Amino acid sequence: MMNTSKNQFSVGRGAVIHGKWHKQAYLVERKLGQGAAGTVYLVNGSGGTAALKFSSQLSITAEMNVLKAFAKVQGSSLGPSLLDADDWESRNGVQPFYVMEYIEGPTLSAFIQARGSSWIGVLLLQLLENLHMLHEAGWIFGDIKPDNLIVSGPPFALRCIDVGGTTKMGRAVKEYTEFFDRGYWRAGSRKAEPSYDLFAAAMVAVNLVYPERFPRNESGVKQLVDKVRQKKELTAFAPVLIKALQGEYSSARMMREELLAALGTEPIKKEALKARPAARKKTGRTALKRKQRKEQGLLTMTAVLLVAALYVLYVLAELLI
Amino acid sequence: MKQGTIKQILLLTDGCSNHGEDPVAMAALAREQGITVNVIGIVDDEAADQRGFQEIDQIALSGGGISQTVYAKQLSHTVQMVTRQAMTQTLQGVVNEQLKKILHNETTMEALPPETRGEVMEVVDELGETANLEVLILVDTSASMKNKLPTVKEALLDLSLSMNARMGSNLFSLSVFPGKRKETEQLLEWTPKLESLTTMFSRLSPGGLTPTGPAIREAISRFKTKRSRKGWLPKDDEYIEKSV
Repeated sequence: MMNTSKNQFSVGRGAVIHGKWHKQAYLVERKLGQGAAGTVYLVNGSGGTAALKFSSQLSITAEMNVLKAFAKVQGSSLGPSLLDADDWESRNGVQPFYVMEYIEGPTLSAFIQARGSSWIGVLLLQLLENLHMLHEAGWIFGDIKPDNLIVSGPPFALRCIDVGGTTKMGRAVKEYTEFFDRGYWRAGSRKAEPSYDLFAAAMVAVNLVYPERFPRNESGVKQLVDKVRQKKELTAFAPVLIKALQGEYSSARMMREELLAALGTEPIKKEALKARPAARKKTGRTALKRKQRKEQGLLTMTAVLLVAALYVLYVLAELLI
Repeated sequence: MKQGTIKQILLLTDGCSNHGEDPVAMAALAREQGITVNVIGIVDDEAADQRGFQEIDQIALSGGGISQTVYAKQLSHTVQMVTRQAMTQTLQGVVNEQLKKILHNETTMEALPPETRGEVMEVVDELGETANLEVLILVDTSASMKNKLPTVKEALLDLSLSMNARMGSNLFSLSVFPGKRKETEQLLEWTPKLESLTTMFSRLSPGGLTPTGPAIREAISRFKTKRSRKGWLPKDDEYIEKSV
């Protein structure tokens, strides 16, 4: 049996990856990312741009199964769609890989930093809607974290680029990130159930206002509750986050409804006002464009009028002579 | 396929053995008896002992398991990952054997097309969730491990949390080496929960040689004594026979 801790290898730009079974070819453009779980490349295939992932045999196959399961979840667009799965017989031996839809956009953390905290609640609603559909289909997302979430669009939609942690309901969550794992915070088990995902979803909001994260102390969930209360960006929906951290929601829909209600009340309006400058940048630019367009219109109008006036003068002059 | 039990030795150490039998040979002995040996090497800085790491890799290789070297703060995550990966690896081995039997040739998972492989993987996954697991944890308590022991304790509690979220049953046992008087000292008899080790860990006094080989040898025998202990598992056929 093999030692699994060494499967990192590299493919350069311009390399062509041939599939052994389905005979597809992919031209490598650049490396998108590399992690413990594998390496992802941006490639060009017969179907256009896509993301191609190499990893160990075990995780590749497991992830593919999850992506296939995602495809069956009606209406959920959280994960990327699976396009191809194959083996590449390279010089270094057989490399299993799969090809998925390339999702473009900033990570959730980058998006919030650029556009302001008023987006936290809105995107959390989207996340909960997607989680609800996934849970209904009998799956738990597992490894929810801002680095795994991409905001594509506009119109802005939350997408997930790493589905490796997705687990069948009732089993044990195998892949997780400590900061978002309720086991780590001693707030519950690692059993795959909706409340596990909802804890992680609440921690995503916490991470967005504490980008540096923080280490755990001995007080368990209480530490998290205090941290939530300390940030005014979260004030509007703090009670919802706290309930999720304490495992009081048994379904994503329940949490979503209460979050929606919380976002509709007064404090969020103040938040929205405060965050507007970030959004104004865009309206500023479009306004400028509109002004330019108006000026152009004016110019054509005067030109037409001038020509018409000259013509009238010409006709008058002709008549007079 | 009937419900099987996966047997593992998990060795946590920070360096090279310096006493008794060759641990690599002892790991091979464990493998012969269907016990996988996984090793986690814990380091505190860059100036790590190269010879120690070589040994760590070799023990895992001959013990059919997985080796991983980590900084103390990543230990929790690593311990549960290594345990799981090794389980999957063992199960995949079993499934590969079955495939060979069914297809009467040298077919392994790698030789199957991706779609079929996915289905086989689903079976492996299912087995990993439901199989019974026995892990004997061996912790190096030589002098250099002193400041790492609190982290080891955390990591083991975390392992218990992860494994107990599975559907299958778990049994853990914990030994440290060197022991107070012997080469190995048993701290915890086979138990489904590791929580009870919290108090024991604070009473440990690290120091002495590193008898990794003898510790593995003794660990193997602990799997056997467990089996002969009457009535340990109520489901045990042997027990029913003898008690009738």
